[in-house]
Amino acid sequence: MNPQMAPSRKGESEPRRASARPAVELAIDGRTVSVPEGTTILGACRGIGIEIPTLCYLETLRPVNVCRLCMVEVDGSRVLVPSCSRPVEAGMKVHTGTERVRHTRKLVLELLASSVDLSTTPGIDALLQEYGCRPERFGPRAAAADAGVRDGAVAGHHEPPDPRTAATVAQPVKVDNDLYVRDYGKCILCYKCVEACGPDHQNTFAIAVAGRGFEARISTEMAVTLPDSACVYCGNCIAVCPTGALMVRSEFDMRAAGTWDEARQTKTDTICPYCGVGCTLTLHVQDGQIVKASSPLANDITRGNLCIKGRFGWRFVQPRERDGRAREGDACA
Amino acid sequence: MDIRLPEAEPSDEERIAIDALLGPPESAWDGGSRGRSRDSHVSYGGRAARERRHLLLPALQALQARVGWISEGGLGYVCARLSVPPADAWGVATFYALLATEPRPRRVVHVCDDIACRARGARALTAAIESECGAPLPHAENGGHIALDRERPAWMRSPCLGLCDAVPAALVTEAGTSPIERQLGNVTIGLVRSLLAGAAPPKTDGAAEAMVPQRGDPALRLLARAGSVDPTRLDAYRAAGGGKALARALELGPERVIAEVVESKLVGRGGAAFPTGRKWDAVRRQPATPHYLICNADESEPGTFKDRVLLTHDPFAVVESMAIAGFATGCEKGYLYLRAEYPLAHERIGNALSQMRRAGMLGENILGRGVRFDIEIRRGAGAYICGEETAIFESIEGKRGEPRNKPPYPVQHGLFGKPTVVNNVETLANIPRIVLEGGAAFARTGTAQSTGTRLFCLSGNVARPGVYEVACGTTLGALLELAGGVPNGRRLAAILLGGAAGAFVRPDELGLRLTHEDTRAAGVTLGSGVVMVFDETVDLHDAVLRIAAFFRDESCGQCVPCRVGTVRQEEALHRIAGGCARGGVAAELALIDEIGVAMRDGSICGLGQTAYAAVESAVKRLRLFPTAERKKS
Repeated sequence: MNPQMAPSRKGESEPRRASARPAVELAIDGRTVSVPEGTTILGACRGIGIEIPTLCYLETLRPVNVCRLCMVEVDGSRVLVPSCSRPVEAGMKVHTGTERVRHTRKLVLELLASSVDLSTTPGIDALLQEYGCRPERFGPRAAAADAGVRDGAVAGHHEPPDPRTAATVAQPVKVDNDLYVRDYGKCILCYKCVEACGPDHQNTFAIAVAGRGFEARISTEMAVTLPDSACVYCGNCIAVCPTGALMVRSEFDMRAAGTWDEARQTKTDTICPYCGVGCTLTLHVQDGQIVKASSPLANDITRGNLCIKGRFGWRFVQPRERDGRAREGDACA
Repeated sequence: MDIRLPEAEPSDEERIAIDALLGPPESAWDGGSRGRSRDSHVSYGGRAARERRHLLLPALQALQARVGWISEGGLGYVCARLSVPPADAWGVATFYALLATEPRPRRVVHVCDDIACRARGARALTAAIESECGAPLPHAENGGHIALDRERPAWMRSPCLGLCDAVPAALVTEAGTSPIERQLGNVTIGLVRSLLAGAAPPKTDGAAEAMVPQRGDPALRLLARAGSVDPTRLDAYRAAGGGKALARALELGPERVIAEVVESKLVGRGGAAFPTGRKWDAVRRQPATPHYLICNADESEPGTFKDRVLLTHDPFAVVESMAIAGFATGCEKGYLYLRAEYPLAHERIGNALSQMRRAGMLGENILGRGVRFDIEIRRGAGAYICGEETAIFESIEGKRGEPRNKPPYPVQHGLFGKPTVVNNVETLANIPRIVLEGGAAFARTGTAQSTGTRLFCLSGNVARPGVYEVACGTTLGALLELAGGVPNGRRLAAILLGGAAGAFVRPDELGLRLTHEDTRAAGVTLGSGVVMVFDETVDLHDAVLRIAAFFRDESCGQCVPCRVGTVRQEEALHRIAGGCARGGVAAELALIDEIGVAMRDGSICGLGQTAYAAVESAVKRLRLFPTAERKKS
């Protein structure tokens, strides 16, 4: 799927195909650019090599424009504009690096970094540095909430803030099955997992955003555990998670043991051995052991998606004795 | 869609409540029993059920009204009936403050502790309730999970209930076969005590709250009938001149009606001040069908109660205005989205709809001229954000009230993805006069750019709080005088103009003319017509903290600047108030300003974009937080 054609989740219906679309001329940072109608500002910028940071955007999902990191300034617009979802218009004048743009991006990064654990978010340190972020200026982080407290928050009510600390979404990791963990202390609420589980990819609808405001959270119905939910363990939510809040169990356990080392890993593309679809499978191998399986986002067939077998059903490849992590009762070993 | 439903069964009570709304299930596929009704070997429901998704919120409200909370079994039954995934329905149920997803007592007294009520004793009231009757729900220690006696009434704090002319205000809700919803004004500790002891809430016809201090003034237009004509009888409305505008509009035809509205230069009264005629014309021209009309009666801006007065005391006029708007913009269906906290308005509008249907003023063949238009009432469930014009679509569609990014604009892509016109109650209430007198005559009142009259909600420390109608261009001082000024010989300290999303103005700014152009030039806004008056005895720091808490509570949580920014704003204000400012007050104010600018520039909707407005005005206009340097000078 052409990422530039992605319609907004709550936006207009599918734009026409690229070939049928007339060109639109606009100015980006003073440069005149011509792109097919329906292209997003982000697509137009990337087309001419202007890098715009994103968190909630992914080329395989419909843009939800909630993280507000990709904001740009458009002449005539009272407020900044999310470049990931806004289609270009003829004569538009876009500015991607103004003081206003940099200010909002900096604050978005600081607000997230002060309230969410971004320690496993790829690329975040460089961004925090580039925008001169000092998330610690909001105060020391508050202690983590007890298990279940955030899941039970009541809309429209909150305790008066503690002036000594800055509120966070920190909470215990949800480990309720053998295949993947949910560490919502790392969740930036980008909605990607909800979209991947729901209408954009899997159509399982096991999770949704619940609650409101700062207490908004990703949840199953009644916050039940995954085995009690509609989850089918395809792991397509893990594939789209930008922060490592959703993580395969093998990676989570190795990180806990201090043995996870991406520098020592190789990635090898192969074909999933299970069914006739033949999904492309990327095996992540460390020290001669498969430690994770994924599928390339750019693959036309999978678009990064797999099923429970492809994503988790590879442990038979390596003998149980040699796999220190394999345990009795492993669901897919 | 393959839905996995919870295992818990609904109770009989829950089943009855849902079936009363949706009708009995057709087969085991949509929640019925196996083999009894239609053949369970054939799949019914499916897409047909999903097309009723928009009934999710009414269904959850039916459970809340009957049982007092939404149980696993109840939620599962709703999901089966409407083919909604349970996680999705849970997300909706947990979004709305007046829906409980944990057991809650059947009776709950919601006591307003928002700014207008606080200016006149609400803090003392809630403190007294807390010491006499115990802590409010939700109890924090268990994250809301508590074992409780559901037959024992409890109380909760509430944001503004829209009864700021009769403070302190409360809303009583009691679930059961005959659920009770009652909004009460001038609440005392004695009343709350008796309500919590189980006494029946006093009856009210809204008269005590019908504070139209100008009643009887022949110059009144929007309020001409409020408080003086029986709001329950169509014949009384007609005798007072009602109904003529609809007939006249049908004679004129849609184009002429829109032309008159354009010429009247009427702009929206909900806060955004968009030209109504232009909006109507844009919807009228959209080729996609059907078109929808929404009357935004989700008046939740703290300090706003003008729409309540119109809905409660002149309901036929609201309905007639909607019919004209629907006719002009090519709609056959209109929704009136009413905030949950206005039960009397709900009753009165419902009554007006049925009487006007009987009289042929709504329905398949309006006034015998072949025009089709009807109205459905949809009720909010305790979410300020749902008054935002795109959040209202999401809410009516049965989803979480999360605003949409614009563009596309509602005139092209609104409710159910169709061209939609959204108008505030007061905006619509101007329409009959424009149709009858013509746009040019309407525009002669007010100023060149701000035409007509406007309703202002006077609350706080004024002698005669209530809704006032004055011509645009009247000064703030004259309006304050009309309401009797600040009583008890006290000094005016500040006025909050436009609501929590508005701005504080100083006592030396009473010469401000109440027009869009003058307020814009002064860097403030008319907003939804809030004029909340604070005298020298009011703790303005406390008011600012309450506004910050309000935005934190009411943020939908969708976008980062608002979701986290409202939290950081409140925290910094608390640090200043608590005397523990990090790096000094000036540094905290600079931090708040940085957050505020990012919220204004980067948020998806008007809530986040204005969440800093009142705080900013308190800092910059009132200079409420003296920094060390300023103190010295």
